[in-house]
Amino acid sequence: MTATDAVTGLASQFDDLEQQHETANLGMWAFLSTELMFFGGLFAAYTVYRNLYPDAFIAASRHLSVMLGAINTAVLLTSSLTMAQAVNAAQLRKRREAIVLLLATMILGAAFLGIKAFEYYQDYREHLVPGSAFRFEESLRAHAQMFFLIYFLMTGLHAIHLIIGIALVGTIAYLVRREMSDDRAATKVEITGLYWHFVDLVWVFLYPLLYLVDVHK
Amino acid sequence: MSQHVVPLRMNLIIFAALMVLLLTTIGAAYLDLGRGNLPVALLIAAVKATLIVLFFMHVKYSNRLTWIFSGAALLWLTILLSLTMSDFLSRGWLQIAGK
Repeated sequence: MTATDAVTGLASQFDDLEQQHETANLGMWAFLSTELMFFGGLFAAYTVYRNLYPDAFIAASRHLSVMLGAINTAVLLTSSLTMAQAVNAAQLRKRREAIVLLLATMILGAAFLGIKAFEYYQDYREHLVPGSAFRFEESLRAHAQMFFLIYFLMTGLHAIHLIIGIALVGTIAYLVRREMSDDRAATKVEITGLYWHFVDLVWVFLYPLLYLVDVHK
Repeated sequence: MSQHVVPLRMNLIIFAALMVLLLTTIGAAYLDLGRGNLPVALLIAAVKATLIVLFFMHVKYSNRLTWIFSGAALLWLTILLSLTMSDFLSRGWLQIAGK
């Protein structure tokens, strides 16, 4: 008895739809907890090195564009709004609206990656990529390189998560288009939303920590 | 109960609050707050994160077990950061004013 009820979408191991829904949500939260630990290690590295080399971090941070970072934050926050509304539409079984909002979320995610790629290109042009071609004021060179290493690792890991997120949202949009009648489709949109919001959440911390290090100086 | 639908109005209010906080964090970064710049930036980010978790991620409307799962993540992150930093701070490896 591992069959799923064709009408209600209830899998046989669950008592009712509510329990099935809660289990899916908890599963995603358990995964996101491990994701937080994953990023947490990098945040810990950032904290240690920023405290070790405060001057180099300030000087290095000046080379990032506050404006582009702000635009990207706004883009990502907007994508979270469209994702939240997609969940809303899926719960109310508004199939068309859910698909449009999921596509909008994907487009905004792609826009974020486009701007990020442009920033990476600028960093590359300015010789800010760690390695033998790295150029920086001599006295701060080694420590500024550490800032950029952490910058590329953290934003790169974040970008990978966003790419996965876009693929996930696309897959879910396809599933919703195909079948939206039962409870499971809405749950899938909901837990994909949890992942998407988590990726947004990481950026909410990355932006001030990387782009806004003592900009008043 | 668990399938709580957050209305559009609420989502828009949260979104507007997040955008205002984004502008606040940029504005605050350009003010000279002495040693206060980082704590203020982190406080604003924490408020934004709380809004996202409670409303966009529906934790406010979820059951207690979800609260425990999301809270546990935060607890372990706190242990990770505080134990690491307590080591660095107590070994005198960091240049701290007045030390």
